[in-house]
Amino acid sequence: MEVLVSLTIGVLTGAGVYLMLRARTFPVVLGITLLSYATNLFLFVSGRLTLASAPLTNYELERYPDPLSQALVLTAIVIGFGMTALLVVLALRAAADTGTDHVDGGRR
Amino acid sequence: MLLPLIVFIPLLGALLPALLSRFAGFDPARTAAAVTAVALSIPLSQAPEVFGGAQLVQSWPWMPALGLTLSFRLDGFALLFAFLILGIGLLVIIYAHYYLNPEEPKERFYGFLLLFMGAMLGVVLSENLLLLVVFWELTSLSSFLLIGFWRHQADARQGARLALLITSGGGLALLGGVLVLGHVVGSYELSAVLEAGPLVKSHAWYPVILALILTGAFTKSAQFPVHFWLPHAMAAPTPVSAYLHSATMVKAGVFLMGRLFPTLAGTETWFFAVSGVGFATLLIAAYIAMYRHDLKGLLAYSTVSHLGLIAVLFGLGTVNGAIAATFHIINHAVFKASLFMSAGIIDHETGTRDMRRLSGLARYMPQTAALAAVAAGAMAGVPLLNGFLSKEMFFAETLHIGWLGHWYWVPPLVATLAGIFSVAYSARFVHDVFFGPPPTGLDRTPHEPPRWMRMPVAVLVGLCLLVGLAPQSTVRPLLDIAAAGVLQHPLPAYEIKLWHGFNLPFIMSLVALLGGTLVYAARRTLFQMHGYTPSRFGGKRFTEGAVAGLLAATRSIVPRIENDSLQRYLLLVFLTAVAALYRGLRSVTLTGSAPLTPIDPLAIVATAILLVAALLTVIVHRQRLRAVIAIGVVGLVVSLAFVRFSAPDLALTQLLVEIVTIILLLLALFYLPQETPRESSMPRKLRDVAVAVIAGGSAAALSWAVLTRPFSTISGYFIDQARPQGGGYNVVNVILVDFRGLDTLGEISVLGIAAVTIVAMLQGLRLYARDVDWQGGPWAADVHPLMLRTIAGPLLPLAFLITVYLFLRGHNAPGGGFIAGLVAGAALILQYIAFGARRARALLPMNYMALVAAGVIVAALTGVASWFFDAPFLTSAFGHLTWPVVGSFELASAIMFDLGVFLVVVGAVLNILSTLGRLHTAPPVRTLASQAACAPNDASAPAITSQGAS
Repeated sequence: MEVLVSLTIGVLTGAGVYLMLRARTFPVVLGITLLSYATNLFLFVSGRLTLASAPLTNYELERYPDPLSQALVLTAIVIGFGMTALLVVLALRAAADTGTDHVDGGRR
Repeated sequence: MLLPLIVFIPLLGALLPALLSRFAGFDPARTAAAVTAVALSIPLSQAPEVFGGAQLVQSWPWMPALGLTLSFRLDGFALLFAFLILGIGLLVIIYAHYYLNPEEPKERFYGFLLLFMGAMLGVVLSENLLLLVVFWELTSLSSFLLIGFWRHQADARQGARLALLITSGGGLALLGGVLVLGHVVGSYELSAVLEAGPLVKSHAWYPVILALILTGAFTKSAQFPVHFWLPHAMAAPTPVSAYLHSATMVKAGVFLMGRLFPTLAGTETWFFAVSGVGFATLLIAAYIAMYRHDLKGLLAYSTVSHLGLIAVLFGLGTVNGAIAATFHIINHAVFKASLFMSAGIIDHETGTRDMRRLSGLARYMPQTAALAAVAAGAMAGVPLLNGFLSKEMFFAETLHIGWLGHWYWVPPLVATLAGIFSVAYSARFVHDVFFGPPPTGLDRTPHEPPRWMRMPVAVLVGLCLLVGLAPQSTVRPLLDIAAAGVLQHPLPAYEIKLWHGFNLPFIMSLVALLGGTLVYAARRTLFQMHGYTPSRFGGKRFTEGAVAGLLAATRSIVPRIENDSLQRYLLLVFLTAVAALYRGLRSVTLTGSAPLTPIDPLAIVATAILLVAALLTVIVHRQRLRAVIAIGVVGLVVSLAFVRFSAPDLALTQLLVEIVTIILLLLALFYLPQETPRESSMPRKLRDVAVAVIAGGSAAALSWAVLTRPFSTISGYFIDQARPQGGGYNVVNVILVDFRGLDTLGEISVLGIAAVTIVAMLQGLRLYARDVDWQGGPWAADVHPLMLRTIAGPLLPLAFLITVYLFLRGHNAPGGGFIAGLVAGAALILQYIAFGARRARALLPMNYMALVAAGVIVAALTGVASWFFDAPFLTSAFGHLTWPVVGSFELASAIMFDLGVFLVVVGAVLNILSTLGRLHTAPPVRTLASQAACAPNDASAPAITSQGAS
């Protein structure tokens, strides 16, 4: 399973990086979203893979997943939404003010 | 509790002149004087104890891990400085009231002055060396404000900048020196450092400590060759000069030499560094002072010269040297402050400070003339005045310097020579200005200043006379405790006498007085020979040249990296990140030793879908709507991965965030172009693909390396304690709202800030929606489709029920504030989509920003509440609650905190999406012509295009 997870993180990172290097704001937003997935997954699996379990102690399981990385990623996902929204609004504002959605505005 | 007050009364009192002047109409000068007097009363009240030999130390922990404490010390040396700073400060405040023009912003002047006063008091009263450095830098900053007070004048701004550059640069060196010193001693407290003299002096790092600390001291006290900032600081208003260059700013440097005297002084290195620099400063500055035509310029160089003299005395490392240095600190402060004030009076009454234009003023202002003459006499070292006493002690000390071997005759010679120059410039100060024929060509007829402007000068000159005539009964007790404070041991017997007999020091004084008079008499010849102009060589030019050179170098380098292209910057960032990662991964074996988890077919299928969707996003990214659909698939599979890997909370969160993110992206597409133009060249694409492949490969390798390694975690603690301490079974939720509640508080604050920023950024923004849909056809006429309305209506109460359910069970099962908030947010957004803004707002008729604010406040108050139970911030409590029908369930105080989280998330989601959605409220079905008709005069009407960029 580790190989699949690593592959996923790699592909998401690569796709995110490629899109972030594009010249228009919208692909950049998509790229950052993909990179966020990759980052969140990476942080999450840094607590290692645990199958068929849950961080719920009332089930008295044999093995629990790492709750710390889960808590970290949970807030990261929500904040990631806030950040994406901010970025989108920034893109809209820039587009409205410069007349183009190029990342460098109207100067180029 | 008293010692910090001496410092903080002026520091906080700095606000009062402005506040009381604005709101109560009080005169700023009176306010400042009152603040100073109150501060002065504290050292006065403590004086009996200190005169009794006590060293008061008061201490509070501040950052104990760093060795930084808020500790203050009042011993004899500190008391002397506190008296000088506050006493002369009080006189300067009175003087400045008459000096400044009525239209000048006095509130600001006195605010800066009190700020500086507090910083200076902090320097002299600090027990902790790090604290001393903090106040030291504060004196640099506040003196910058004072020197540049007349900010409309270019020379004032330059002088202030120069002073800041030099003294705060020295402050950095001092910080370094203090850090090394504290490391060697093992403590930053003066009590420990002063005891550790032998240890420090024999330590291998002693030269480093000495070099760094002395750099700080020399820059502050304007020693050669970094003395040049001081004359340029004369662009300050004269009261500032009188204060900074007599009793305070420049004295901080010599204060430091005296303060660390027991720790650092007494070695050969110390002697050559301190006395060597001191002698050079003494002689060179005295020589230059003779040739300055500006009254304040003369006094400035004279100040530098006297600071050199004090440095020489400390540099000797002897008991008598330290006593003489302390004595001269007092005397110089007193006569130099009065001389600066006299110069200010002359400037004020005649309009000029140029000695070539001034002459014969004694007949217009006889009292001022008399006062200035006495003070100048003290500066020259005329018998029966205070300057004579300490200067003669200085001459005596230069006669027994043991370090120089058969060069022993050099110091007395240099001292006498400097004495001659000093007499000459003092004579010039008095004779050029007050004697001779009446002045011609002045703008106004000079006359005596207001009595209260002269009063401070009279007080100081009176002190010069008193000390000069009867040193034993006036200054002796203060000098005794101050010198004992420097040496940190009781003083041996010594004498201050007016008449020591006809000995060598007296002969040196005599030679200086006669020689100085002769030099002054021959001044015309000297001036012609010298032809000195101040701009010929100078540190100011050098420094400003260096700064300009640095700027020019920066300007030539920066454009090579910065070409205003964000794409380029991002590329550099990625390459740097990859390079850093490569450095880390290079030296480790990639595959670790941990056992692998078995792969199953389902996982392969899911991974394949995710990878295809991710690649599809890239491939179709120019068709933006398709790309959004593809990225949605990615998000959904990611949330399935969370399910698979035992993270139900994450799966729920990811799913819900995915929904709102897609809505967000679609809303953005409503205003942005539907397609991305082809504009990257093929080589560029290939380059980016290469970067992406390298980045992705590195990320995959890193993940693999991490995942295949065995691992130890601290989360066992959280799993064990979630129930007993947090009262919940859902460990993730307990961590969020309890164990790491402070982090969560920070995170919801960030979310709130993002929401506020978004609203602010959208303010006044006019966006025009597209006239056609993504395929180029007309928009659907049915804005709110019936199907959607039919489903969305009944869904709302259900969604709310689920929200409440998820929220309440969050502590024990997947759910909680974040998830419930997202569910509620998504449900309400659905109402917006189905029924339009008006009806949706009717459902929740409140300001969403207020919801966010309420959430942050509720969460913070939950934390504060635990203070009332004497527990640290955000400590939670829990108990059982039995409800009829529902049964028994757990209720933790953390649920209030979670409620705050819930409110912030709902508020933020609604705020962001509804604001974006409401930007454009007109029906989207419009033709191009109608749009043109709508905004014919609006130049900013943004037809956002994909063209027009290369």
